[in-house]
This record gives sequence, C-alpha cells and structure tokens, in this order.
Amino acid sequence: MATVTREKFDNIIEIKNVTKVFDGITVVDNVNLAVRRGEFVTLLGPSGCGKTTLLRMIAGFELPTAGSIFLEKQDVTAMPPHLRPINTVFQKYALFPHLNVFKNIAFGLKLKRIPTGELDKKGKPVYRKFTKDEIAEKVERVLKLVGLDAYGHRDITGLSGGQQQRVAIARAIVCEPKVLLLDEPLGALDLKMRKDMQSELAAMHKNIGITFIYVTHDQEEALTMSDKVVVMTDGAVQQYGTPKKIYDEPANAFVADFIGESNILSGVMKKDFCVEFCGAEFKCLDKGFGKDERVDLVVRPEDIAIDAKRGMLEGKVVSTVFKGTYYEMEILAADYQFTVQNTVDRAVGETVWLSVEPNGIHIMKKLKTVNEFIGTVVDETLVAFGGGEFEFVNDGTYQKGDAVRVKVPFDKIELTDDEEDGSVGANVTQTFYKGSYYQVQVYTDDDADFFIDTVDEWDMNDRVGIKIKPEDIAVEHTESTELEHAQAADAADASAQAETEKEETEGAE
Amino acid sequence: MKKQVKSALMWTVVGVMLAFMYVPILILIIYSFTDAKALGVWGGFSFALYADLFTNSSILGAFKNSLILAFASAALATVLGTSAAVGIYYLRKWKKTTASFIANITMENAEIVTGVTFMMFFLALRLPYGWTTLIIAHTMITVPYVILSVTPKLAQLNPNLYEAGLDLGASPVKSMLCVVVPQLVPGMLSGFVMAFALSLDDFIVSKFVNGSVETIPVYLYNALAKRGADPTLRALSSVLFVAVLAVLIVLNVVTEKRRKAQFTAK
Repeated sequence: MATVTREKFDNIIEIKNVTKVFDGITVVDNVNLAVRRGEFVTLLGPSGCGKTTLLRMIAGFELPTAGSIFLEKQDVTAMPPHLRPINTVFQKYALFPHLNVFKNIAFGLKLKRIPTGELDKKGKPVYRKFTKDEIAEKVERVLKLVGLDAYGHRDITGLSGGQQQRVAIARAIVCEPKVLLLDEPLGALDLKMRKDMQSELAAMHKNIGITFIYVTHDQEEALTMSDKVVVMTDGAVQQYGTPKKIYDEPANAFVADFIGESNILSGVMKKDFCVEFCGAEFKCLDKGFGKDERVDLVVRPEDIAIDAKRGMLEGKVVSTVFKGTYYEMEILAADYQFTVQNTVDRAVGETVWLSVEPNGIHIMKKLKTVNEFIGTVVDETLVAFGGGEFEFVNDGTYQKGDAVRVKVPFDKIELTDDEEDGSVGANVTQTFYKGSYYQVQVYTDDDADFFIDTVDEWDMNDRVGIKIKPEDIAVEHTESTELEHAQAADAADASAQAETEKEETEGAE
Repeated sequence: MKKQVKSALMWTVVGVMLAFMYVPILILIIYSFTDAKALGVWGGFSFALYADLFTNSSILGAFKNSLILAFASAALATVLGTSAAVGIYYLRKWKKTTASFIANITMENAEIVTGVTFMMFFLALRLPYGWTTLIIAHTMITVPYVILSVTPKLAQLNPNLYEAGLDLGASPVKSMLCVVVPQLVPGMLSGFVMAFALSLDDFIVSKFVNGSVETIPVYLYNALAKRGADPTLRALSSVLFVAVLAVLIVLNVVTEKRRKAQFTAK
C-alpha cells in the first residue's frame, strides 16, 4: 500500500507557500510547486520574475521569508547548502581557477562521505571517504560523458566557454545529486553552441536520470528541452504544465504573450462553446464561463486560415515577410491587426477572409479590470495611494489620516507623455494589444502597479505620468485591521488559485 | 618645432625633479664607500664603513629586531587584513561604506597621533613597552594596506565561487579557505610585502612604544642623537635603500609576469 502512494505522489521537491522579500520588495510571492522524480522542469520568465531566487532557495543559498521546501518529504528549508544532496550549475560556471579540470571535478567527491554499510558500536552507520582510485575513475567517466576525455590536466583559464560549461556540468553531476539545478547555464554561449548544448543536456538528462530544475528566460529553450514548464512573472507562478499545454492552452494573456507569437483579443462568452470577438461569433471548445462574461482569448498565428472568398472575418493584407518555411503576414480585420502564418503568400493590399477552427481559439479568464489600492487621506481633497497624491470627491466622511481602500477602473486612467502632467510618475513594463485597445501595465517608484486600458500605444520603459479624474476614484473606508485582513485574504486567494492550477496539471495527466 | 620645445621643457622639469629626489641619496651611497668622518670629504675608496656595519653588534641586533618585527607584524596584518577585507566585501550598503571608512582611518591619521594614542592605550592597559606593543602597533598600522590590496581581488571574483564551494559540500569555513582564499593569494602577497616594508620603515609609532627594543630606524635616530652623524650610518642607509629598492623591483616584475601570463591564457 505504502509503495503505491509513493509512486503516485513521488515528488522529489515540494515548494509550499514560499515567499521571499528583499528589502521590502516581494521577489517570490507565495509559490507552490511540486517536481516529480526524474523530470526536467524549467522555470521560465522575464528577468526579475523571481525564478533565480526560487532556484537559490532550493539550493539553500537563500532562506525563504515564509513557507517551506521539502526534499523527498524532508523539510530542508533551513538546511545549509553544503548538507543538501543538490548541486548547481551556475550562470557563469563559477569554476575554481586555481585548480585544473580534474581537480575541479574531484572537489565535491573528495568531501563526500559514503556509508560503508557497517555499523559502529552505538549502531550508527560508519562513513568513509572515496579512495584516490575511485575518485579518478568517477572523474574519468564523467569527463567522457561531457566529451572532455583528455582534458583532465588542463587549466581552467585556457578553456573555451563551451568547454568550461561542460566542466561545470561534470563537476555537478559527478556528485550524483538528487536534483541538479541549472541557472541559465547556456546564457553565455553563442547561438550555435547553445543549440548543441541544448540537445546534449536533454540527452544527458535521459541518460543519468537525475531530476533537472532549469532556469531560463528563453522560451524556445524551455519548450524544446523540458518535461514541464513553470511560467513565472512578478514572483508568482502563472502556469505550470507540459510545454504543449502551455503553448496550446495558455492560462492567461501574459503566458500567451510570453510563449511564442500570438494574437491576444478581448471577447465575450455568449454561451458555452461560443465566443464573440471582432464582431463575429466563433465556435470554441471552452465552457463554464458566465453568460456574457468578458474574457481574453488567444489565437496562434498558425491557427488562422486564409481564403480568398470564404471565412468569418474580412481583412486586408498589410504586410508580408518570408520566414524560411512560411510567410508571416499582418492582416487588418475588424480594427485588429492579426499576425498570420501561412505557407501561401498573399499580396499586400489584397482582401482575404480569415477563419479559425474551434480548437485554434483558447479562452482565458480575464484578469481583473479594476485597480485596487490601500491609501491614506491627506486632506479634504487629496488621497495618497500608489506612490502619488490624487484629488478625489470627499463626501465629508473622510478625515485626514484615514486609511481607505481605493478602486480605479483600468479604462479611467489617463497616461501622460510628460511625467509632470500626472499625479505620479511611472514606468511602462508591459503592453498587451487587446484587439481594439492596449492594456498597459506601469509601476511607480513606490513599486505600485497600475493597469491602464488605453487606445494609445506605449513602449516598454517609457516614463509616463498617471492622471485620474477625481470622480473616477472610488474610495471606501477601511480599518487598519481590515488592511491586514485584506492582505491575508489576498494571500489565501493566491494559494487557492495555485492549488487549483496544481490540481489541473495533475488532473491533466 | 614647437613640439620639440615642449618635450625638451618637459624633460628638463622631470630631470630637475628627479635630481632633487635622488641626488642626496646618490651622494650618500657614493660617500658610503669612503671612511672619511664628514660627508663631502673623499678619503679614498674603501669598504671600511660596510665592514664596521656588519661587525657592529648593536646595528646587527637592531637589524635582526627590525626583520623579526616586520615579519611577525606583516604576517599578522595579512591574516587580519584578509579576513577584514572579506568581511567588509560581503557587508551591504551603509554598513560596507562605514566599515571600509573606519578601516582606512589609521592610514590617513597623522602618524604622531597614532603613536601617542598607542602609547597611552598600552599605558592604560598596563602593558609594558617592548615586543608585544611593537607587534600590535605595527600590525594595526599595516592592516589597512593589506585590506586595500586584497579588496580588488575580491571584486574580480566570480560572485558564485564561494557558493559553488558550499554547493559541492564544503562547509562555510572550508569553502572560504579552499576556494576563496586561493584566489586572493596575489593580493595577500602584495599586501604582505607592503606591510613588511612599512614596518621596516616605521619610526614614529615605534619610537613611542618600543621600550628597550631597538629597530633600525630607532637605532639610527638614537645614534644620531647621541653621537652625531656616525659615518657608519651612511653605509646603513645605503643598505636599507638598496634593500627596499630590490623588494620593489621584484614585486613589480612578479606582478607584471603574472598579468602577462593571465593575458596570454585568455
């Protein structure tokens, strides 16, 4: 009975509600994750999304602010790194320059203690070191595995980047870790070398059967190499699943945009299996949404069919680029510029009809549509939140110093070119085109996020001002105790969401 | 034409400057090879002063003291300075700036003040002046120089090196000693040599805390004060000058060679 349970839930690593805060900034936000034995799992996300911090907590270099990490059911959250049976391949290899290739690889083996199988008088197992011959044999074997047979005596400084990379991998796997962590190990290599190493790493993973946890910001690398991909942004897991599932059924607009080319649109669910966008109704495979619920949907460029006469949407070809095996066209239909990939080229200016099969449409729950903040009343007409002070309509019940909850709909915020024209300055971090408008995410110097729906296009890292009309700011009373409740509720929500996601991925197999 | 004038002018200035700096030493060295009593009188070439120097037991004693003191304090300063440099390097933000500022104070402080401070400090501790006080004082005044020469080596380190040691199963202490310290050896060596030279050279601080132990600079001063300009001192000064020069040249050649070796390796 016990073995059955073990096989069913043979998670080698379990991360439970892990949060990491650096200097007041939440880098990893309540992450839950389970990694099966022998899997190749990739943490994927833009830089600064918390993936490397998560990896460093698994290695033991960082202590989580909250939550626990389990290795084979044992809580290792506070275990120092040198006692964990986990090894890491570092981003810049971190080879020891004063040792040659052989000694670099032997470093971990020389420190290792292995049980002799005997017990001492007190009944405790007796440990011994590896002998010189055992070490030499293991090092030679792993050098052969990474294709550096005759390099043992070489100096580290004389090796090329690719060779150093191999030594770093050899040094980590020779210790036979339970989990191998790889922190963007191919980042410093040129494109050709990276492609070669990708397939070599994948082959190595199959051969040695060690669990790999791999960090990268390169979505192609993640999709080609891994069994499972964890897409992260802003310290939170957006989706966890097989590469195919992540590509075919992105959980939200962020994942869809980050993974591959995609058309992200805003639509309305008319009923189960029927969605309306661009003024037409399409059949789809999704159900369980409310009637007339606003949703995000993604259509991959290769899932759009083009015909000269028949189709759902009439469009005009704006541009076309040959991409080697297919043409990538921009087609304007119903005010939305679709990216379409097809093997047949169409002339610019030609009128075409577009259609999408039900399995080419992926419906995603719309992320929230109202910004919420906790703020403080500054005086009779001013309220401070998100790093700025805004004029608001005071019905007379708000006193100076009151803590308030503030709500501002996405489409009631105006962005200004000149930071001085707004109540607070902010940087643009993400822009999604939603068919007829852009959804822009900005963050202020206080690190507060604002989402704005706008018809104007803004570029990443643009410096903008945020302007809100007084009548569009909804203010509610809140007690300071309520503030804590709200945060606790948020945390609970997030963990519940992560749980559902986890169940979904597990259910899918 | 104009360029030539400019360059000639430049060389003149440099020449005059170098002459001011080195002519006195050169004269001293030249006159160390004659046994005339006063400087400026040539009494014929002779090694008599050197013979005197190497048979004078108090000079030899002072010389031995200076070497032992320099060696002990430089070794201590290297250990302390390296640990301090590592500690400061891994501090964050204001703690880092504060710690490195404080570590540099003795370097910028007027030596006379440092000397008096040590004198009073040891007096308060009721520590008798002698070897112990000399070694402590010399270690303390040379530690900042070790920190200064080790810190750049730390900055060049791969930031993950120490963690790589931990990752492969080395305890924090072991990872520090077996992984990080070997990378710092060049910096530690040049710090050691600098500390050694500074200790040999130091007079002011030593004079306040030496008790009955005479180092070379203290001996020189005492000899001058007691008996006036003893001709043997010319030979002694020459030996010291040449010795320090030799150390400096060796240090430069070694670092240059190492730099070149690294360059060709990459």
